[in-house]
Amino acid sequence: MRVRVTTAALAAFGVLAALILVALLAPLIAPYAFDALDLANRRGAPSLVHWFGTDELGRDLLTRVLYGARVSLAVGLVSAAVSVAIGVTIGATAGWTGRWLDGLLMRITDAMLSVPRLPLLMIAAAILAPTVPLLILLVGAAGWMETARVVRAEVQSIKTNDFVTAARAVGATSRRVVWRHVLPGVLPTAAVATTLAVGRGILLESALSFFGVGVQPPTASWGNMLYQAQTTMGSEPWLGIFPGAFIFLTVLCCNVVGSALTDDASAADQRA
Amino acid sequence: MSFAARRFAQAVPLLLIISALVFALIHAAPGGPLSLYLENPNVRPEDIERLRRAMGLDRPLGVQYLAWLGAFVRGDWGYSYADGRPVLDRMLERLPATLQLVAVATVVAVIVSIAVGILAALRRGADRATSVLAVAGLSIPVFWFGLVLQLVFSNTLGWLPSSGRTSFSGGGIADRVAHLILPVTVLAVAHAAGWSRYLRGSMRLALAQPFANAARARGVGESRIVLRHALRHALLPFATVVLLDASIMASGAVVTESVFAWPGLGSLFTEALAKRDYTVLMAFLMCASIAVVFLSFAADVAVHALDPRTREDP
Repeated sequence: MRVRVTTAALAAFGVLAALILVALLAPLIAPYAFDALDLANRRGAPSLVHWFGTDELGRDLLTRVLYGARVSLAVGLVSAAVSVAIGVTIGATAGWTGRWLDGLLMRITDAMLSVPRLPLLMIAAAILAPTVPLLILLVGAAGWMETARVVRAEVQSIKTNDFVTAARAVGATSRRVVWRHVLPGVLPTAAVATTLAVGRGILLESALSFFGVGVQPPTASWGNMLYQAQTTMGSEPWLGIFPGAFIFLTVLCCNVVGSALTDDASAADQRA
Repeated sequence: MSFAARRFAQAVPLLLIISALVFALIHAAPGGPLSLYLENPNVRPEDIERLRRAMGLDRPLGVQYLAWLGAFVRGDWGYSYADGRPVLDRMLERLPATLQLVAVATVVAVIVSIAVGILAALRRGADRATSVLAVAGLSIPVFWFGLVLQLVFSNTLGWLPSSGRTSFSGGGIADRVAHLILPVTVLAVAHAAGWSRYLRGSMRLALAQPFANAARARGVGESRIVLRHALRHALLPFATVVLLDASIMASGAVVTESVFAWPGLGSLFTEALAKRDYTVLMAFLMCASIAVVFLSFAADVAVHALDPRTREDP
């Protein structure tokens, strides 16, 4: 896959890389300890001492946003990997085997696509009261359907190629043909799906946490910081503005990178 | 068999799979639908046992599913755990508010995306600008967007009410419209973002078709080509995309209604979620999914009826 680099995509990729780096280094670069209280400065507006202000306990918001980045980005990245893994498995199985298994898997995919994703996840999260790893699995399990559909279509078209027939003619097993000859062709699609799924995963996590059924305090995520901030938006708007702005920025960058890859994947199709 | 009948026959198994999924989800709770009572120290174990028998929860899961499905089809959706009233009644009284919000937001989003889509298809500068806005619109977290709009237009500027469907005192037209503006904006933006890009794409394709050149050769004016020939060509797939987005609209309505305390089904859902009112949650999820399946059925049938090219050769 040749990537046509645009300024916007490059900038978005840079911002994402910086965010991930900052999240990884949070304990080193955060100006305060995660749970340090500054009781003299409770509900403080952004200032030179506390760049993003402080919350009702006097905790530094910048510090909490940095630590929140660890959770939010982890949920986004790992849930994207989960959903693409499920999507590729189901899509490739349906596209490769065909017949009744294809029909069954696609009906299940259609059914999952018809259930509104957020309410479904909200109920599941309310029932299971998930820890962060379980939450990642839930978000991942709710996002595979689009990938499965696209991958199925790709596999169906790839398997009609002569190189697949040739590989089978020389005696390659089905497993080998799929792994060595079919799945590599699906890679560009999977890359696009993963990028877009990262953004969607972050949005879903933040929405779940915003409704109080996602990441639970004292663990900070951008979504549950908004959950705590929503009642005081009028008096302490910074508590809501900063975490939300980081969600927006991250999802925006994922979508810009994703759409640059999409353009390139379709351009590659035309060249082929 | 007619196309509509065949397409309907596909929707039925889909709905059955969905219903099994929803049923399984609720019963995955530790303690099942009664889990709320299990945590309540005031409810004695023998009460729980009695409730379990009264609600048929001691029967095999398959039997329970069939009984629930049968009752659901007959309109018996059980009783809300929160206030003991029939779920169907609670949902029906919330339905008008949601229909109003979703209908207005859809109309606004459709008008905006047609205007923006045409502009972007014709002018390169507008294309650049609106594509940036569209990515932003697709990326912004709905609830945060709502909170920020409330902060700016209600708390700071004081121009618009921040929540509810009407003021306590008034219920005039102006009051109702003022209450609609912010939630409609929030709900419409994400959809207009996606739909306008889609319409831009299909307008581009339509304008490059031979019929557009033929019209130009006949001396038809460019604006007439765009509005009469190309738009007509692009509108049908666009309408399909709009109808197929019903699922996203339902998710958006849940968030928007809760942020703006809009008294519709979405805020009923979040209230029920906070109380773990599973009968309401289940009914909501079923209704939303049925609406999604029905709209996609309607889209297919409408396209089949209106566009002869989609019919297979006789």
